[in-house]
Amino acid sequence: MTVIVAKELTTALAALREHDDARLIQGGTDLMVEINFNHVKPTTMVSLRDVEALRTIRTDTAGILTIGSGVPYSVIEGEPVLSAIPALAQAARTVGSPQIRAAGSLGGNLGTCSPAGDTLPVMFALDAMIHLNTLDSSRVVSIHDFMTGVKRSVRQHDEIITAIDFPIVRGWQGYSKVGVRNAMVISVASACLVADLENANVRIALGSVGPTIIRCRESEAWLKSTQDLSAGQSISIDVANEFGRRAAAESSPIDDHRSTAEYRRHAISVLASRLLRKAYQ
Amino acid sequence: MATSSTVTKPRDILGSSALRPDGAHKVQGSFEFTSDMHAENMLWGATLRSPHPYARIVSIDTSAALALSGVQCVITASDVPGKPTYGLISSDQPVFAQDFVRYMGEPVAAVAADHPETCRRALALINVVYEVLNPLTDPEDAVSGAHDPIHPDGNIIRHQRIIRGDQTATGPIVVEGEYVIGMQDQAFLGLEAALAIPDPDGLGVHLHVATQWLHEDLSQISACLDLPAEKVRLTLGGVGGAFGAREDISLQVHCCLLALKAGRPIKMQYSREESFFGHVHRHPATIFMRHHADANGKIIKIDARFVFDGGAYTSTSPAVLINGITHTQGPYKCDNATVDGYAVRTNNPPCGAMRGFGVVQACFAHESQMDKIAAAVGKSPVEVRLINAMVTGDPLITGQIMESVAPVARCITETDVIPLPEPLGTTVNELALPGGSGLTASRSNIVRGIGWGVSMKNLMYSEGFDDYATARCILKDGVASLKFATSEVGQGFVTLAPQIARSVLGVDEVIIEPIDTQIGSAGSTSASRQTWMSGGAVDGACRLVRERLFHHVGKMHDIDPLRLVIDGTDVVDQLGTFRISVADSSDGIEISETFEHHHRATEELDENGQGNCHTAFAFVAHRAVVDVDPELGLVKVVQIATAQDVGRVLNPLSAIGQLEGGIAQGLGLAVMEEIVMKDGKVRNPSFTDYLLPTALDAPDVIAVMIEEYEPQAPLGAKGIGEPPCISVTPAIVAAIRNAIGKDIERIPVRPQDICL
Ligand SMILES: Cc1cc2nc3c(=O)[nH]c(=O)nc-3n(C[C@H](O)[C@H](O)[C@H](O)COP(=O)(O)OP(=O)(O)OC[C@H]3O[C@@H](n4cnc5c(N)ncnc54)[C@H](O)[C@@H]3O)c2cc1C
Repeated sequence: MTVIVAKELTTALAALREHDDARLIQGGTDLMVEINFNHVKPTTMVSLRDVEALRTIRTDTAGILTIGSGVPYSVIEGEPVLSAIPALAQAARTVGSPQIRAAGSLGGNLGTCSPAGDTLPVMFALDAMIHLNTLDSSRVVSIHDFMTGVKRSVRQHDEIITAIDFPIVRGWQGYSKVGVRNAMVISVASACLVADLENANVRIALGSVGPTIIRCRESEAWLKSTQDLSAGQSISIDVANEFGRRAAAESSPIDDHRSTAEYRRHAISVLASRLLRKAYQ
Repeated sequence: MATSSTVTKPRDILGSSALRPDGAHKVQGSFEFTSDMHAENMLWGATLRSPHPYARIVSIDTSAALALSGVQCVITASDVPGKPTYGLISSDQPVFAQDFVRYMGEPVAAVAADHPETCRRALALINVVYEVLNPLTDPEDAVSGAHDPIHPDGNIIRHQRIIRGDQTATGPIVVEGEYVIGMQDQAFLGLEAALAIPDPDGLGVHLHVATQWLHEDLSQISACLDLPAEKVRLTLGGVGGAFGAREDISLQVHCCLLALKAGRPIKMQYSREESFFGHVHRHPATIFMRHHADANGKIIKIDARFVFDGGAYTSTSPAVLINGITHTQGPYKCDNATVDGYAVRTNNPPCGAMRGFGVVQACFAHESQMDKIAAAVGKSPVEVRLINAMVTGDPLITGQIMESVAPVARCITETDVIPLPEPLGTTVNELALPGGSGLTASRSNIVRGIGWGVSMKNLMYSEGFDDYATARCILKDGVASLKFATSEVGQGFVTLAPQIARSVLGVDEVIIEPIDTQIGSAGSTSASRQTWMSGGAVDGACRLVRERLFHHVGKMHDIDPLRLVIDGTDVVDQLGTFRISVADSSDGIEISETFEHHHRATEELDENGQGNCHTAFAFVAHRAVVDVDPELGLVKVVQIATAQDVGRVLNPLSAIGQLEGGIAQGLGLAVMEEIVMKDGKVRNPSFTDYLLPTALDAPDVIAVMIEEYEPQAPLGAKGIGEPPCISVTPAIVAAIRNAIGKDIERIPVRPQDICL
């Protein structure tokens, strides 16, 4: 196996062009597990670890926080992300253990694209934009178009995810994840809720209850059509519970060894209701 | 050694918190675990396992694997020169499956090759043709005979009943329940590993292995290899935890066979996934219990039926069954009982020893029942347990008289006075709530509950088995060398043994010789027995040496040796002024003594389950405070208060370590640890999906050690390893029930069991 340790993005991009089976590695917290279990056997690895350009957090455009794909979760947990995109900081805090958070990244979470990826519901709720570069082109794709299925995305072999744009939204936001222990656990069901006071709407995205992250558009529309979602309002428990039921109805969970579809659906209804109440209390 | 050294630190004698000799190495990563071992010219071994729970082997073709470059040899059942099977109690488990595979993961073949990756490829090239059969996965089908025998020895491993007292007795209060216990894994961190080095003449083998019982391994291995016992030598490798999972043979025979066939050293080590298939687990069980009590809640009679799922092979199932049913009553007086128990064979993974050994299952049932009695008579959980608490001298349902110190009431009352944690305030750290870092709950979503669990646990082996231990002590120039075959699996015998020698002999420097089979057996590091048994053997050997030292000193200085005692590091005349350091007095001489410690004899049970089958007992109480999110079904164990009957504390640091670790393991069984099975297949053989408690799941532990010297025990100390994990599980479940007001009869408690 050859390992190319890129210092510049172009080196890595060129390596992808050159080697058909090359695999990118950032923190390695997903990829090394795959390799150790013999699920993948790349002959060329391209390490992004030393590409500083991927490790920056910027506000190039007003109202948008641009987070490099290689920024580790241990950084995302804190400022400036904590104040600007608190739901993302919370999601980052739920990932694995301190060791995993010191290495793992948004690029890796998107690269793996599992419905249990903890930062993906945050991206879905915030309509995040994904920057993809090749050696000679670049494109920006909405997260809604990026993820196409269980561990499937539109990313092409020669593309590197360089950064993710997160709109900074005024209003409460939060991420909750249910697992069967209190830390370091794969999500059984999760939800990210964003209250956008400017536009008087609420957005909610669900993880681990379908083949992709699920944005509950119908529940969002129902809520907007029945409630005033601008600043200073509050939501009754009945409305919150109804919102929870509707969000759960939009999920499509399965039974597996981690949990049951019935429990997952129930958990979504509870999480959605609680998140909404917190947003408007 | 200096004759008059100023003692600047307390000596690490009995009662001190002596540190583990290997502690710093383990923390720094420099301790050599068996998996770190290496030998010149070494090859790697690997095992091919059955993908099916039950199938007939039609054919095995190893030719393609053998043809792979780098492969040295491939072995199957036909390469086993000696006995084709092994087993701790009944030799019914094949070294390699021959005609049938009876559980998913059963070994079918093994390869030796130049690299683990070559091994992996070779395994993939072995072509096994299976005829898949309908597996027996429901233990009740084994009891009822609904399924054809899956093994020549039949589907019932053991059946035993206990008939005691008035069979028609009943009372105004009758409570019952059917309790289900899931399959727990020992989940030690140091995976199975061994290094086998063949003798140059090819007629013997030296095995370095992480095991719980060197001599038992030795006899099973030598039988399978068809070698005389003296041609097989075992040395303990560095062991990273055991909890029962290293009592049975796993890779030992395979590794030796490959080494002998290849004529080169072979190293084998399991991955985490393979480990889940490579060792036995805790028995899943279904236990029905009905208690008859008087209006005060005093137990009149217990009816019970136990079914333990032993999986495909016997392992220690017969003994687990006896432990389970003989602990039906728990630490409570009971004169009348009707108990029926089965350990059965299924196509599930084999089950055997795990910390608590059958008593864990029984305790979950009897403690759940005690709470039902309390509720029925309107008493608190504490009151009803105190009313029933057993005392020394009480007869058990086996007719055996409780001869151990039995401070049951003290365990309960001393736990009861431990302060409760602060009530949940209005502002709390969300990470500390159920759901933890998932931030699923606010303070207002949480309710708190309190629950109790009390247990009795037998110590040492039972039913007539003489599980003695051997130790040798050599005193030379003021230095003691200890030799024993006691497996150090993390429990701390390597810390304790020198403490014993220092206390008895007045030495400071103690050397532990290699732990191997070049001395008599120490028995297994299990059943909470090594402090008592190997501790007794080391104590005995040191005392014999001391006696000879006193004779020597007496002769040299013309003093009656009976007047001599050890005072600190000196030999002194109790009645005079004579004093000489142990170092000086043993200068130039060598005294060597070997001692075998046997516990008192026990008996087998008769057909009615009557007999003095157990050696001794220990008791413990646990009180759990648990926060529950009833809507999401998530749990956070806040505090465990415990008072444990320990006899005597020999090393406070070591003792609290056992208590805290056991509590974490019992918590795991209460709320998360389970091997999930479907149709005989393991669904979660990884630490991604087999969840163990993390630091955020671990509760505060407040522990009281109840020190009532146990006269039967050589050092006055009872075994303390198993009790901590036994009654903490029902205490936690009781606290969950108390919080949500709903009955739960299954462990581990899953979120859906609470909220749906
Ligand atoms: C013990 C443990 C616990 C975990 N817990 C969680 C958890 O709680 N929640 C969770 O969501 N995940 C968890 N994970 C999974 C993993 O940590 C995350 O998915 C993490 O985000 C992966 O990031 P990484 O940088 O380590 O990715 P890597 O392993 O380096 O890469 C993962 C994949 O993404 C690709 N990739 C990486 N960077 C890029 C890029 N810039 N452009 C294109 N493709 C790229 C790689 O080629 C690979 O296919 C856990 C993993 C472990 C081992």
